[in-house]
Amino acid sequence: MLDKQGIAQRIAQDLEDGWYVNLGIGIPTLVANYIPEGIEVEFQSENGILGMGPFPIEGDEDADLINAGKQTITAQKGAVFFDSAMSFAMIRGQHVQLTVLGAMEVSDHGDIANWKIPGKMVKGMGGAMDLVASADNIIVAMMHTNKRGESKLLDSCSLPLTGINCVKKVVTNLAVLDIKDGAFHLVERAPGVTVEEIKAATAGKLVVPDHVPEMSF
Amino acid sequence: MNKVVNSVQDALVGLESNMTLMLGGFGLCGIPENSIAEMVNMNVTGLTCISNNAGVDDFGLGLLLQGKQIKKMISSYVGENDEFERQMLSGELEVDLIPQGSLAERCRAGGAGIPAFYTPAGYGTEVAEGKEVREFNGKPHILESALTADFAIVKAWKGDTEGNLIFKATARNFNPMMAMAGKTTVAEVEELVPAGELDPNEIHTPGIFVQRIFKGDKFEKRIEQRTVRQA
Repeated sequence: MLDKQGIAQRIAQDLEDGWYVNLGIGIPTLVANYIPEGIEVEFQSENGILGMGPFPIEGDEDADLINAGKQTITAQKGAVFFDSAMSFAMIRGQHVQLTVLGAMEVSDHGDIANWKIPGKMVKGMGGAMDLVASADNIIVAMMHTNKRGESKLLDSCSLPLTGINCVKKVVTNLAVLDIKDGAFHLVERAPGVTVEEIKAATAGKLVVPDHVPEMSF
Repeated sequence: MNKVVNSVQDALVGLESNMTLMLGGFGLCGIPENSIAEMVNMNVTGLTCISNNAGVDDFGLGLLLQGKQIKKMISSYVGENDEFERQMLSGELEVDLIPQGSLAERCRAGGAGIPAFYTPAGYGTEVAEGKEVREFNGKPHILESALTADFAIVKAWKGDTEGNLIFKATARNFNPMMAMAGKTTVAEVEELVPAGELDPNEIHTPGIFVQRIFKGDKFEKRIEQRTVRQA
């Protein structure tokens, strides 16, 4: 079983040299801490920076330099600042190679719900709808089940949708799964996790190959 | 051309209750703090505010919410403000949540004379309800209309007497597009210089879009989430 750091570390293994990457708030931001040796990626933050760097050293915080989660950050060498229309031109115009975001629910057709629980939590979608509607390569980073132990990988989302037919891959604390042809396809198990545990935690249609390797770190 | 006004009071002359306003900023970053504080003093009410976020409970637009001065918010994310969520869930506050990229482009379009445009964002979700759909390149898109405002109130780092503006880092965000889309655009700046001092190559927002500019008295520049790493 993985924790949030483990999920982020596994996703980081998929990064390729020269990619521009957008990381959503929550678990996705942790991906920036695990860039594999020898490759260079640039992180785009929807609020207007390309070349987002790590958190500043204490004392160096700049109120004018934050990420999409409103946290103070730094800028890498070669970074650039721009306005929100330009930012979403990069996103909507498919200039970003990978988008990683969190979710409350994902369906076996690749639908995603991550912005509203009616009557209870209505924080808003922020940039999520633009990101999922435009990106070619979307990885969802989330826990496999919610706080009540219910599966978050469903045959259809019950919560208001952020996007439809858009998620291609999900990485959870239990597994890596691809989404295609109306089903979740089990690709890897988290260390120490069995196929049975993953089946029990997945409510949507799940295709399991004969051999499911364990994630390697 | 001299667009300089001497005080925030002069800057907001003509701003009345029930108007539609645009306010720049992303979270608390790049918000027109001095104008917001003055709007609290003016006690204008029934406002429709177009702004990406709603501030926090005791800063930014949260101050106007506390004073029940806002009738409707048009935003993309309002998660940092408990009073906001309370007023919204109780029905006291009307809220239109729209995708951030669409919000940015709708403001830009409003200032650029583009009455409407197609975007893939929100297709298949409740955002698409009631909107025309058209397919381009085999993919459905929804028709979104331009946004404009009676007053657009923006914050910049430096500005000159012609209203040319330069923004700093991620405090830029929505300010340039909103500056374009306001009938009257007010810019509050940290540094106000005479025309000629800013390099024309470095200006982000041309002064043609700005009607009034003033130097803010003070900027608290509050940080919402102070995150640091070990040396």
